[in-house]
Amino acid sequence: MKEIDFYKIVDTIEGLCIKAACDLPEDVERIINKAIKQEESDFGKYILGQILDNTAYSRRENIAMCQDTGIAVFFVEIGQDVHIRGGGLSDAINEGVRRGYQKGYLRKSVTADPVFQRKNTGDNTPAVIHTEIVSGDMLKIRLLPKGGGSENMGALKMLKPSDGIEGIKDFVISSVVEAGGNPCPPVIVGIGIGGTMDMAALLAKKSLCRKAGVPHHDAQYAKLEKELLKEINRSGVGPQGLGGRVTALAVHIEHFPTHITALPVAVNLNCHAARQAVANL
Amino acid sequence: MAEIKRITAPLTAEIVSKLKAGDMIEITGVIYTARDAAHKRMVQAYQEGQPLPIAIQGQIIYYVGPCPAKRGQVIGSCGPTTSFRMDAYTPTLLELGLKGMIGKGTRSQDVIECIKKNEAIYFAAIGGAGATIARSVKKAKVVAYPDLGPEAIYRLEVEGFPCIVAIDSHGDNLYQSGSERYRLN
Repeated sequence: MKEIDFYKIVDTIEGLCIKAACDLPEDVERIINKAIKQEESDFGKYILGQILDNTAYSRRENIAMCQDTGIAVFFVEIGQDVHIRGGGLSDAINEGVRRGYQKGYLRKSVTADPVFQRKNTGDNTPAVIHTEIVSGDMLKIRLLPKGGGSENMGALKMLKPSDGIEGIKDFVISSVVEAGGNPCPPVIVGIGIGGTMDMAALLAKKSLCRKAGVPHHDAQYAKLEKELLKEINRSGVGPQGLGGRVTALAVHIEHFPTHITALPVAVNLNCHAARQAVANL
Repeated sequence: MAEIKRITAPLTAEIVSKLKAGDMIEITGVIYTARDAAHKRMVQAYQEGQPLPIAIQGQIIYYVGPCPAKRGQVIGSCGPTTSFRMDAYTPTLLELGLKGMIGKGTRSQDVIECIKKNEAIYFAAIGGAGATIARSVKKAKVVAYPDLGPEAIYRLEVEGFPCIVAIDSHGDNLYQSGSERYRLN
């Protein structure tokens, strides 16, 4: 049994919040650099250049790359041989978010109630926390701060099994193309297929954890990812929706077995500021 | 790449008439911020016969909710938010004299018609480039709705604020023409 102190988790989360907001992962930066070479539109090239300048500047100055520092989404893998001493895991995560968003001068973007008062909680809590119990004695914490622009362009559809691959393609492509410039393209397209309605949505979000542009390990899904990326980039939407070749940087699919009657498909978009940070305790 | 046109804010009919969709722009002068909650309050105030908290004639509204400023900074990261969420409120403000808007993403047909009718203009700033955009803000002051936090109305003094004309006063829309130009099927 490994013991991990409550405040060690708080400190770790604080650091993850600031790192994620200010320091774009290198794999995302690399894929944007690659996109500039493919882009034909002058505006597109200019915009991608500005995005890379912004990335370098925010990293150097340790300031948020985008003012929408997001709602904090966590994927936590808890080893079954881990014991947290001194308090609960959710409390530790939320306290870390509270401190990180304050200390990092990050925007607080969470409303207490979604419908009636919509009053800002003032400290960016509560976080959205997904936990999974795994074997071993590690606590792995992954943060994806998720901005509203891209999150709001997500979509979910319960397709019929007979809709098949073409049905999936039509739904995904139309979701991305109709979103136009709203989700801050070039985007990373996260797709969840299978399971149930809730599982498909979660898989779509999880697929955004993968390093940008790494293909699926299964050749069939890797091929589907590649075909979707090609089709999306024929749309002309381009960087910021102002026209160009690069609408998406990558397409990631995650899948799960499903019911004999079902073909759930969820699309979760990430903007070009595809932020995440990970810690292992 | 087109040459950069430098304009001043607030806007006049003369300035707006010279701008075309696809022009690269740098704005110098005073602009105001407002997003969802501030728009809702302004339009409510108007409907109740109350004065707006800012004199809106000729002004540019920038759709943004900035990050807090660090010590030594004028303002934190401050890139544009998605504009279509303001579409329900925009026609009222345009009728009241609002001349320009800065945001990201296309607008509803209703807003485009209203832009044409009132000879207004819509600029796109680069979403996700908020850290570098903040460098063009020289002064920032909350002038209304401070209880809204990042959604309060700020008066910004900007110098060389970079943006692109997305929808001009004739209704020409770069979101439409740009993507049509590069569409392959």
